[in-house]
Amino acid sequence: MLRLIVSRLAGGVAVLAAVATIAFLLLHAAPGGPFSRERRLQPAVQRNIEDRYHLHDPLWQQYARYMRGLAHGDLGHSMKRPETVGAIIKRHFPYSLTLGLMAIGFAAVFGTLLGVVAAARKNTWVDYTAMSVALIGISIPSLVLGPLAIRYLALALGWVPAARADGVVGYLAPAAVLGLIYAGTIARLARASMIETLGADYIRTARAKGVSERGVVWRHGLRLGLLPVVSYLGPATAALISGSFVVEKIFQIPGLGFYFVDSVTSRDYPVLTGLLVFYVGFLVLFNLLVDLAYGWIDPRIRHGERAP
Amino acid sequence: MTAPRSLGREAWRRLRKNRMAFACLLGVAAIAVACFGGPVVCGWFGLDATTLDLDLLAAPPSAAHPLGTDNLGRDLLVRVMIGGQIAIVVGLTATAVALVIGVAWGAVAGYAGGRVDAVMMRIVDVLYGFPTIVFVVVIRAVFDTHSLVSLFALIGAVSWLTMARIVRGQVLSLRQREFIEAARAIGASPARIVLRHVIPNTLGTVVVYATVLIPQAMLTETFLSFIGLGVQAPLASWGTLVTEGSTQVAVSPWVLAGPGLAMGLTIFALNFLGDGLRDAIDPQTR
Repeated sequence: MLRLIVSRLAGGVAVLAAVATIAFLLLHAAPGGPFSRERRLQPAVQRNIEDRYHLHDPLWQQYARYMRGLAHGDLGHSMKRPETVGAIIKRHFPYSLTLGLMAIGFAAVFGTLLGVVAAARKNTWVDYTAMSVALIGISIPSLVLGPLAIRYLALALGWVPAARADGVVGYLAPAAVLGLIYAGTIARLARASMIETLGADYIRTARAKGVSERGVVWRHGLRLGLLPVVSYLGPATAALISGSFVVEKIFQIPGLGFYFVDSVTSRDYPVLTGLLVFYVGFLVLFNLLVDLAYGWIDPRIRHGERAP
Repeated sequence: MTAPRSLGREAWRRLRKNRMAFACLLGVAAIAVACFGGPVVCGWFGLDATTLDLDLLAAPPSAAHPLGTDNLGRDLLVRVMIGGQIAIVVGLTATAVALVIGVAWGAVAGYAGGRVDAVMMRIVDVLYGFPTIVFVVVIRAVFDTHSLVSLFALIGAVSWLTMARIVRGQVLSLRQREFIEAARAIGASPARIVLRHVIPNTLGTVVVYATVLIPQAMLTETFLSFIGLGVQAPLASWGTLVTEGSTQVAVSPWVLAGPGLAMGLTIFALNFLGDGLRDAIDPQTR
């Protein structure tokens, strides 16, 4: 078990380094930069600014400096704002984290419910209704759903605050809007996998010894039927908590999503690379957690004994 | 005894029997016809995308303007249809590009196997780590272009990863089959085997995934237009229309409702059609 975790973490660090390297090189190859603007600065000023960011050093020195900083947990300094990338993340990540966790929680519960119910009543009107709801969730972009939710739930009915509000209630509408698309995907995954699981031998055994239909579905079936959902939750959670530009903007939540897009449009490369590394770090971490959860859920997959 | 029917015809028959999926196929076709033919027909009634009706700024739906007007007094119905043209072209172009890259990549990796496969699939793994937008922006910056065609191709160029994985998985199992071995035994070159025997046998899966890629490309276009890197005004795409509508939803919700509904219906129909196709091509998954 420990060996698995250590080897996976080492692999994760390698992926992180690869992503940081590619991002670094790609963004250096892109023409133009944060300091290219309409009006030329005085040459001396321009040179001073570029010196400040070591832009005159050879590429490999800049790269070595960046990676050294990264190894010490230093994501670098913004080229557009008077603060470090770390400070930006520290200030705005909590909002994205709250929103992302609520969204993924909603998606996991709602999506699983839909999928399991649909699988248990396969090819009946219950199934068709549940799957249509899931498909509608996937098909309506949050850019359409979000403003409509504000207009009707907040402004017309007053059930939720229209925009940024503190406390859990303020996050309800954005989390639902954000989570709906994931809920749809989870429902479809859960349905397909539950149908397969419910046809397995051990389910027939459970039925034969007289377990109630509810027990078969929710206790015996759910455990293995949820494996694909669990592996989907890893990357989905990583993506959700590292900032969702559209929903955060619509509901005016000051999360990280804004900086993802802003760093791109204003060519603030250190911020963009830093946020990427931050996100990929979560991706690696959650994928590891998924692997561990697999062994815990399915006794047939015990890691360590037969390491891949 | 009836004559043996080809697999393709069997699949078509099963799709016809799935009423909802078939209705979605017709629906998608109807939307496409409306988007390309509609503006012409509306032109006969004096409606076009650029005339400013100054008496009816941001007016709700009426007989003169079935979907209402935007805040410059332009007719929304025509604008939605023109936006639909762009959405359809985005969907098809991007999917075609993703298809070519993904199928080629997956087929080569899967058929070559060994170290080539390992390297090619690791590249896919690493690229998976990057959010789409990073590629789009870097490539747009490198080529410094704002042309529509490059935008479409670009969306395709960043969405081939899953396709490559799916095709590779198929090829891995195909390559063990007897007919491939037979082709090899009679001396067919690897290129010929991949092109003539392997790829045609993956097409079922590829078609199914392609119907999922089209709506994804439409959503990517919407996102890019929302952050200002997509279709530029005065051109109307569903992305720009929805973006515009989202800012005015408190006072004139129809500016969002028209394009939003058109987009939601199209994407829903395409997704449903994809499910239907999957069931038709591979009945066991149902």
